[in-house]
Amino acid sequence: MMVGSDKQKTLQIYIPLVVYTLLLLFPFYWMGVVSFKPTSDIFDLDLNPFWVQRFTLENYLYLFENTEFASWMWNTMVISIVSTALSIFCSICIGYALARLKFPGSDFMGIGIFLVYLVPPTLLFIPMAQVIGTLNLFNTHWALILTYPTQLIPFASWLLMGYFLTIPKEIEESALMDGCSRIQILIRIVLPLSVPGILSATIFCFTLCWNEFLYALIFMSSGDMKTIPVGTVSDLIKADTLFWGSLMASALLGSVPVAFIYSFFVKYYVSGLTASAVKG
Amino acid sequence: MGTFGIRKKITFKMNSGSIQSENFLDRESSLGVLLMLPGLILLLVFLAYPFFLGIWLSLTDTRIGMPGEFIGLWNYTDLLEDDIFHQTAWNTMIYAVVTVPFKALMGLGLALILNNKIRFSNPIRAFVMLPWIVPTALSSLGWFMIFDPVFSPISWLMIEMGLIESNVNFLGDQILAVTAICWVNIWRGIPFFGISILAGLQAVPPELHEQAAIDGANKFQRFVNVTLPQIKGILMITSLLSIIWTFADFQLIYVLTKGGPANQTHIFGTYAYQIGLFGTEIGMAAAITLYMFPILAFFSIFLLRYMRKTA
Repeated sequence: MMVGSDKQKTLQIYIPLVVYTLLLLFPFYWMGVVSFKPTSDIFDLDLNPFWVQRFTLENYLYLFENTEFASWMWNTMVISIVSTALSIFCSICIGYALARLKFPGSDFMGIGIFLVYLVPPTLLFIPMAQVIGTLNLFNTHWALILTYPTQLIPFASWLLMGYFLTIPKEIEESALMDGCSRIQILIRIVLPLSVPGILSATIFCFTLCWNEFLYALIFMSSGDMKTIPVGTVSDLIKADTLFWGSLMASALLGSVPVAFIYSFFVKYYVSGLTASAVKG
Repeated sequence: MGTFGIRKKITFKMNSGSIQSENFLDRESSLGVLLMLPGLILLLVFLAYPFFLGIWLSLTDTRIGMPGEFIGLWNYTDLLEDDIFHQTAWNTMIYAVVTVPFKALMGLGLALILNNKIRFSNPIRAFVMLPWIVPTALSSLGWFMIFDPVFSPISWLMIEMGLIESNVNFLGDQILAVTAICWVNIWRGIPFFGISILAGLQAVPPELHEQAAIDGANKFQRFVNVTLPQIKGILMITSLLSIIWTFADFQLIYVLTKGGPANQTHIFGTYAYQIGLFGTEIGMAAAITLYMFPILAFFSIFLLRYMRKTA
């Protein structure tokens, strides 16, 4: 639709695009620059702060040698994977039941589950801390593994329900005629046909687990049980911001896995994200 | 993908009659309930129960380590006379609602650019999504340093250019701090609006534009009369989701200001955290979070009705 010379195209598209990219990516560039500088250079205010004069990895080494970063990484990974798996299992079941089965309360459940999606952790964290305390789960992986799904199941169920509805009913009906049970149909026919939907739901759940902050901040107070976001914010800033280099290194390293996974599966993620935005 | 609406289930009379076998797992109603169970149990224990526990706590004077007694609505009425709470409610409104037009406009700009044939469009799309994808707590740390009173690169640049004499303390002044917080919030929201609007733009049939062009509409007229009506629905839903999510935000402000200076930049989440976990007044903190509920419910019901209408 864009008629015009190359020059016009550059003016109207590429220049604004560069401005947007600079604006959106500058904080990451900044974190990178600071994390590769020796501390003395960070503190030398006469140097141009936008560039690395002397390259070093000392901030990253410091992170692994002198902080609990490796444990934080391990915790974040275990919690995110197990919690995602649990959520996907529950969501497949709920999604299929809502898409295909008629049972008492099935009409009301669909809306109920969606409304639950809009209940944020901020609304629940005070009483939730008491529940976790009663169950004796503070500073255990289970505290987060069991609470994250409440944020993940509603959206993932909706997403999967949408995918299941796109599978022609006739396939399932003929399988039913042939004597397959509903469970067999779900496992052998519906799931293989819904791989893109399951992938986007998985990526959605995983990124949300990885990024969660409030519950992790409250339930994980001992140093070696923290997740990356919480450990970075609460344990690395304590030293009165003297360790800018390692602070930025940790922030950057903690962002890499989700960025990496996301860039691999960008197609699925975007389709999942927009499926919710386009049709709700 | 026209699959996300709530679709009426069509029962196949022929089947449901003949398939009603004796097997428990093959009966639709029992299998349906069984499949709902694992998720429902989790939601009941870790969502419904805490919700009602929260309502109860808000009616008591519970403190950390001390069981409380029923005091009726005292926590709620106390908060109505609390100046910091007023400021908090005001901040939350600015933070969640006033930022939306900025996110929408800048997201629209981004979407309009990405909707063209451009080189490296896939990696570019992946990169511009980063503010939305990565942990907010961690990207906020980057901004935390960018706004630092000593090490801020913005201050450095402005001094170099001769605009200011000494460093700006971005997070140390109420107006500046609220502006900075809102900016980071907008920055994070642009990609979400951008990608959602882009999906809407791509659903606009090219014939509509061609027809309008033939009828002599210029670019701006085509945008207002063809594109805008087509993406109105998406814009509405994205805005409502954005309001609901940022209304209940926590980490961005916790990292940037912790509600300071002098409790002037709190939103509901951070103020409840401060009262509940530092001030140990659990009952009061529960009341603060529950003040969010009617507002969240209002926007959620609005969103749900809107989606059902469009679906």
